[in-house]
Amino acid sequence: MSPIITLSIAVTALRRNAMRTALTALGMIIGVAAVIVMVAIGHGAQSSIEERIRSAGTNVVTISAGSNAFGPVRQGFGNTTTLTPEDAQAIVREVPGIDYLSPGVNTRQQVVSETANWNTQVQGASADLPSIRAWSMEAGTFFTTQDVERAEKVAVLGGVARDELFGTGADPTGATIRIGSQPFRVIGVLARKGQAAMGPDQDDTVVVPYTTVQKKLLGITHIQSIILSTANGVPFQTVSQRVTTLLRARHKLAIDEPDDFSVRSLEEMASVLTSTTTTMTWLLASIAAVSLLVGGIGIMNIMLVSVTERTREIGLRLSVGARDIDVLLQFLVEAVVLSLAGGAIGVAMGFAASRAVSSIMGWTAVVTGDAVLMSFGFAAAVGVFFGFYPARKAAALDPIAALRYE
Amino acid sequence: MNETPVIAVRDLTKTYAVGEIEVRALRGISLEIPRGQFVALTGPSGSGKSTFMHLAGCLDRPTSGMYVLNGRDVSRLSKRDLSLVRNHEIGFVFQGFNLLPRTSAIENVELPMLYGKPVPAKERRRRAAEALEQVGLGSRLDHHPNQLSGGQQQRVAIARALVNKPSLLLADEPTGNLDSRTSIEVMGIFQRLNAEQGLTIVLVTHEPDIAEYASRIVGFRDGRVRLDRPVQQRREAVDEIQRYDAEGDALSA
Repeated sequence: MSPIITLSIAVTALRRNAMRTALTALGMIIGVAAVIVMVAIGHGAQSSIEERIRSAGTNVVTISAGSNAFGPVRQGFGNTTTLTPEDAQAIVREVPGIDYLSPGVNTRQQVVSETANWNTQVQGASADLPSIRAWSMEAGTFFTTQDVERAEKVAVLGGVARDELFGTGADPTGATIRIGSQPFRVIGVLARKGQAAMGPDQDDTVVVPYTTVQKKLLGITHIQSIILSTANGVPFQTVSQRVTTLLRARHKLAIDEPDDFSVRSLEEMASVLTSTTTTMTWLLASIAAVSLLVGGIGIMNIMLVSVTERTREIGLRLSVGARDIDVLLQFLVEAVVLSLAGGAIGVAMGFAASRAVSSIMGWTAVVTGDAVLMSFGFAAAVGVFFGFYPARKAAALDPIAALRYE
Repeated sequence: MNETPVIAVRDLTKTYAVGEIEVRALRGISLEIPRGQFVALTGPSGSGKSTFMHLAGCLDRPTSGMYVLNGRDVSRLSKRDLSLVRNHEIGFVFQGFNLLPRTSAIENVELPMLYGKPVPAKERRRRAAEALEQVGLGSRLDHHPNQLSGGQQQRVAIARALVNKPSLLLADEPTGNLDSRTSIEVMGIFQRLNAEQGLTIVLVTHEPDIAEYASRIVGFRDGRVRLDRPVQQRREAVDEIQRYDAEGDALSA
């Protein structure tokens, strides 16, 4: 029998029981739509995380002073005094492919304005920091390299710190604050950046020249970290390797001594987060796939009923010359058509539902081609798998018994 | 005429296993049916007449013995090959019509042409219309079974049996679900096909007066042939209809 005839027989049979067909297909529709929506939400979460990390800068490399391994008590990162501003200058000089670099010295301090006080992170940095972190100004200006060289007592406030010290939305440019016991002149406010992908609120901060933190606040000569951004297309591994070699030489570390610093990139962190969300996506999708499976069982159930109901029809077809394979294909194709039709509608519903989720819940839901293909393919497989048993049952009928079936 | 018979069976037996018990439905049948004959198989239920018809129709295979259909031994063919034989050589008419519901008359008649050798859609429709014309339903091609009377439904079934131009028409109690007058009409169609086209017809019936429309009666009992005689005074459907209508008029008068 030609495939077109087989297909038309299947479609005719399905249309004869329109209501039943629709209800059976509903199982597939819900299953496929659920898979698509789940995968879409997962992808959406993934891309929004990537977006956030990109906003922090994927080409950003952080060098932290390592733990102090000389004494019996090992201290945490940032506690050795071996990392110095000279190291930072050496990196700029000797490692190619670096766009911007800023030494970092941080301290938690009580910051006092005329009207309020607030305990916050005081970040010592160079004038390159806004370029590295893609940070723009809401008001005023950032401090300059000259300010850094002179260890000027100027401060740039993060959004949260400004709100707490001067009130929401105020422009405190020109005002004076005290950090510890020192007066600082506020010269600008940073545009809001929001919560970091991992870690503290990036806006709850006061940024001052690192030299000022060293000399005026902490009285130290070393630094705690170096943050730098690489030029486009320069791989992190290369920079990391060169920085490591350079710093080990400068710190005169013997071959068997561990590094007294660590080099990390946001790119690394991004890949960890991405793989986490991928796992979540698969988890959600496989939960949704269970409903596809249930839909498949619904199809099998209905096909079994259909075979029983149409026993006489099968007997008749056999008597006019249908072979067992013809009967098998007829019912198998019927099941597959049913599941594919359900799958197609499910894809459309999945699209619609993803849109609804995006606009109502405010999540980004991205429907991807492979999610559509996957769930459609899965629907076809479910049709074949669950259609086969009823179809084989139909094909194995004895023509005489089938013709006499009441 | 020295022609090969349509059906030639020798020592045909069929034994069913029903649980532990063996049912010997046929216990050695030898029979020849020449081309162009109209044979009625009669006998009480359980006599083996239906079993014989199923074997003759290649719906089943004999336990032992030989069945030669149109000169070809079909007693040992595979299930697939038997399907082909049914498709090409045999037309079935059943007591319960067995039409596909919610399917037009012409589509029902096209059904046998969907299997076996592919027939183009146009050709299918033409041949189906022709077959329906033959049984007097040329004006009801697109009617569905539930829009047709019992007699009309059976005529659609006959058209379906004829559409592949079989050499043998097998009718299993074709008048069992019909009233007397419609029964006579259906027998009239069989007689006409037999007379005009020389179609070989084997009819299974337990009604003696229906059997008398055939030209030969073969009586079954306990799995054996107990009676095989030509019909002396054959009923002619054309006359019977007139008589039936006259009686009806007499009663109502």
